[in-house]
Amino acid sequence: MEGLISLAVKAIFIENLALSFFLGMCTFLAVSKKVETAIGLGISVTVVQAITVPANNLILHFFLADGALSWLGLGDVDLTFIGLISYIGVIAAMVQILEMILDRFFPALYNALGIFLPLITVNCAILGGSLFMVERDYTFVESSVYGVSSGLGWALAITAMAGVREKLKYSDVPAGLQGLGVTFITAGLMAMGFMAFSGVKL
Amino acid sequence: MSVHKNSMLVDPLVDNNPITLQVLGICSALAVTSSLKVAFVMAISVTLVTAFSNLFISLIRNHIPNNIRIIAQMVIIASLVILVDQVLKAYAFEISKTLSVFVGLIITNCIVMGRAEAYAMKNPPLASLLDGIGNGLGYSLILMLVGVVRELFGSGSLFGITILKTVNNGGWYVPNGMLLLPPSAFFIIGLIIWAFRTWKPDQVEARDFSIIEQEGGH
Repeated sequence: MEGLISLAVKAIFIENLALSFFLGMCTFLAVSKKVETAIGLGISVTVVQAITVPANNLILHFFLADGALSWLGLGDVDLTFIGLISYIGVIAAMVQILEMILDRFFPALYNALGIFLPLITVNCAILGGSLFMVERDYTFVESSVYGVSSGLGWALAITAMAGVREKLKYSDVPAGLQGLGVTFITAGLMAMGFMAFSGVKL
Repeated sequence: MSVHKNSMLVDPLVDNNPITLQVLGICSALAVTSSLKVAFVMAISVTLVTAFSNLFISLIRNHIPNNIRIIAQMVIIASLVILVDQVLKAYAFEISKTLSVFVGLIITNCIVMGRAEAYAMKNPPLASLLDGIGNGLGYSLILMLVGVVRELFGSGSLFGITILKTVNNGGWYVPNGMLLLPPSAFFIIGLIIWAFRTWKPDQVEARDFSIIEQEGGH
């Protein structure tokens, strides 16, 4: 249990997907102009992440890993090389299913999050989460915790970023730095702030 | 015609750079640039994937039904990335370990998807191939610039060859360790964008609010 809590804290703060691995930067920079939309996108990413990381974990352990197909009598088959294409397939399918479920049963939520869902398929934070899960060899429980908490970390980062940018638009920025440039520098300062967590030993 | 083809290759370098103007493919631009060698391998991989995914998607563009086009593009891109990943694992294992998940993340690199969707779906194969190479090179340019700054001043070397001898090895240069850490990449790209836009003022974004000079003092 302690291990899981420390895994969660690590994924949210110390190894924040957005600010220390730079994942999901395209959407991070493009959709962080308003706090409300940023929160909406953050929640969608957390939900999708919480579903896809454990789902890919199951796919890895029951289909792809070395000897995983032994339940079919194919003990010596190693399919890890087609991992990438399966993970992205699972992500695309999950996003599509989530979109249809929301549309059918939770129309209010669909109206709020619907526009972000297609964006999420190509968000590197989602695929990155699954790939980190594979690289670090998480078990099913660990990968569920990692999925939720890395999503939360990303949501936290984009919400904070949007808050800063809402204030930033009133400031007098040099012409060439306007817009994208100053956003990058803000993100850099935030990343430095998050580095302070790296001293935390768990 | 040849002038047009040339401009397609050169345009994305500065005038329409995928990173500084189109804001595409930033994730990996930041993460893999702390050493130049790794950045170089990444730049080549992305350029190859962008070029060939553009070519193949453009070849079959008239046969892809519109509503499943994203999945069709995804399959082509993912197959190319698997190819790159396997080649790297076979011939440059150390570098592929350092790149870790970022090779796989070329799949979701917005440059590849963005060019496939915006260009290759509407244009003939040869033009798409050139567009892919051009955008790949534009990406590579920024990646190399950031890589040079970070490795030269962060560890005093380029491609692992010592240029500025560091204090630890009996030299004079005190390396700036900050440059090897993630936040510095943000600052460097921010500054590169500033430099580009000072050079080409038409790329400057409009302000959301303008600051009005106050009349008659305070």
